[in-house]
Amino acid sequence: MGAGLNTCLPASVKGSRVKYLLLQICVSSRVQVNKAARGPEKFSIEYIRKHAEEFEVGKRRLANMMGEDPETFTQQDVDRSIEYLFPSGLFEKKARPVMKHPELIFPKQTAAQWDKDGRPFHFLFYTGTPSFYSIMHDTFGKVLAIEKHQDQMRSKGALPQDSKQISLGGSRWLLKEELEEVLVENISDQDYSRFLQLMDKLLSLPFCALEEEFVQRFRKQLEIQSTKQEIPDVHCDENGRSYSQAQGRRKTATASVTLRDCGSGRVAVNGKDCLLYFPILQDREQIMFPLHFAGMLGRFDVQAHVEGGGRSAQAGALRLAIARALLSFVSTPAEVETIRQAGLLTADPRIKERQKPGQAGARKKYTWKKR
Amino acid sequence: TMLKSTFTLLSWQQQVGQYYTIPSAQLKKAFPNGLPRRFQMQIKTFNEACVMVRQPGLELISYLKRADYAKPALRYILFGEVGCGKTMSLCHTLHFCSTQGWLVLHVPDAHLWVKNCKELLPSSSRPTRLDQPIEASQWLKNFKITNEHFLSKQIKTTRRYIWTKRESTEEGRPLGEMVDHGMSRVKSSSDVVGALLRELRLQAGGATEDAFRLAVAVDGVNALWGKTSLKKEDKSPVSPDDLTLIHNLKKMLRNDWCGGAILTTLSQTGSLFKPRSAYLPTELLGEEGFDNMDPFVPIPVSNYSDKEFESCYLYYMDRNWLQHPHSRTEEGRKELLFLSSRNPSILERLCSFL
Repeated sequence: MGAGLNTCLPASVKGSRVKYLLLQICVSSRVQVNKAARGPEKFSIEYIRKHAEEFEVGKRRLANMMGEDPETFTQQDVDRSIEYLFPSGLFEKKARPVMKHPELIFPKQTAAQWDKDGRPFHFLFYTGTPSFYSIMHDTFGKVLAIEKHQDQMRSKGALPQDSKQISLGGSRWLLKEELEEVLVENISDQDYSRFLQLMDKLLSLPFCALEEEFVQRFRKQLEIQSTKQEIPDVHCDENGRSYSQAQGRRKTATASVTLRDCGSGRVAVNGKDCLLYFPILQDREQIMFPLHFAGMLGRFDVQAHVEGGGRSAQAGALRLAIARALLSFVSTPAEVETIRQAGLLTADPRIKERQKPGQAGARKKYTWKKR
Repeated sequence: TMLKSTFTLLSWQQQVGQYYTIPSAQLKKAFPNGLPRRFQMQIKTFNEACVMVRQPGLELISYLKRADYAKPALRYILFGEVGCGKTMSLCHTLHFCSTQGWLVLHVPDAHLWVKNCKELLPSSSRPTRLDQPIEASQWLKNFKITNEHFLSKQIKTTRRYIWTKRESTEEGRPLGEMVDHGMSRVKSSSDVVGALLRELRLQAGGATEDAFRLAVAVDGVNALWGKTSLKKEDKSPVSPDDLTLIHNLKKMLRNDWCGGAILTTLSQTGSLFKPRSAYLPTELLGEEGFDNMDPFVPIPVSNYSDKEFESCYLYYMDRNWLQHPHSRTEEGRKELLFLSSRNPSILERLCSFL
């Protein structure tokens, strides 16, 4: 890429030269800079520290601008204010204006690894990935320590079966990407598998509970998804029947459903009977699925209102809405979990793919002619 | 007699939901073409014709029992949503009538006369009308099978009918001769049908000892007042009144004759240019039809009740029609109930997969 794409230079910059405005387009200059060879951009610690101070100052200024208290201005408030001040219609969330602490924005980089004489600080520097190998080294050291402890206990006469084990349920090992993030360096797949093997070896020893804290550093806790599920409330109408309401959406179709208890299994969609509104068997099967799965087929009366989309989309929207409304009548959280695992509570994210320019449809191309 | 008829009515009420079999000998005679197609397939499969006794059929039969046949004929219209069992109720009633010795005039589907006609001939008797020889001769054949014993012995023509320059039927001849003539001479079969209807109208419910009662049954009566899908040679649309068969049938449906009953059903499935959600008499008959049929006795036919559904389900189980093991469980029954939404025809179609 040439350097000469300056448009209008202000005449005063050029000083003694003739005052005319230059318009240079694509003039190749003599010095060609290869930006790729420089490597990724390096942000030094001072640079980040400076920007962090600027961020703090900016945060207080923003709080004053929004009329809020600068002392109790959280990151959430910052995000909210930025969204308000710079409304963006971009679909990609990562492309929208963002104001965060520089540590979150700039990629993490390692500090200087050798002193002024060129001697590296870390004893494993010449492996190329010192943090990874240091972890492997530490872990193996702990394995040896545990074996030594085990020998001591055996010589004293304490049986190894009395020791407690680390509970591994509800957590998983860090993924390769997450480990790379922690170590701030790249590791290969073979390195990652060796790491897992070494960890498993550590856990297989009887007295591994001693190193529980070390191991938990590399495990991530899994949340139970169903606790996040919103269950609609149950109301009581004037006849004494309890009912619940819920909405569902699928691909431009929206459905809102009222599920009444002590019914006989009748379904009314937009005022019509389910059979008249959905003459196709497949749609009726879709609506039946949540009730059938929970085993509550003949118990409820369903009143639904559905708009938009096509036949199949409306059936899908109804199914989601009925499943959500059912949750309030389901007794135990375990049942909620089974319904969630059946996929009844997940909104189907598929929508119609957009057409691209130069093509007839989303994927279909125009006729390709060889010549 | 009043008490006796109510007593029989009550005892029949208990029979709602139960099946009764039509013996196959009577079946061929009574319904050469009258039953719904799917029911005919079921008869062939199960080797028997079992009809469920349902409330509308019982109601109609009770009205027929209690009616006064010295007065003009009453009109009954069975209406309901698609697949509710209107034709089946009509057939149930007609079987009852034929066991009672009535003369049954059954038009299985009036819609067949207003659409997809292969040959349309200009009528010999009247220049503006159009004849349908194939449909008329087909119908005469079925009529003969149903009412064989009436035609050969009892009823005689009251006047001379001239079909063409050379053929005619004299006065006093048995009606069977006229019917045979119509079947052999296909060109004049529509006129024969018209004459037949007139004769029956005049002679039904007479005071003589060989008097008979006439049951006129038309399935899909809304075809008579709707539009046709037929076109004349100059591509202009044909209205139902232009067709001889329809015109004569309309005359039959007027309540100016005594000694019988007019049983009709509305049908959306074969109808032309009517939306699928239409099922009420006002919607399907149209203004003109409604005024013509008024006054009539409306009999609504609805989906299965819980008891009837149970009965149908047990019948299919009994006949080993439900092969899938899950469909025999309680869960499967609930699924069938939900999916068919208690509609008889949808239930039958569902069970045929299983």
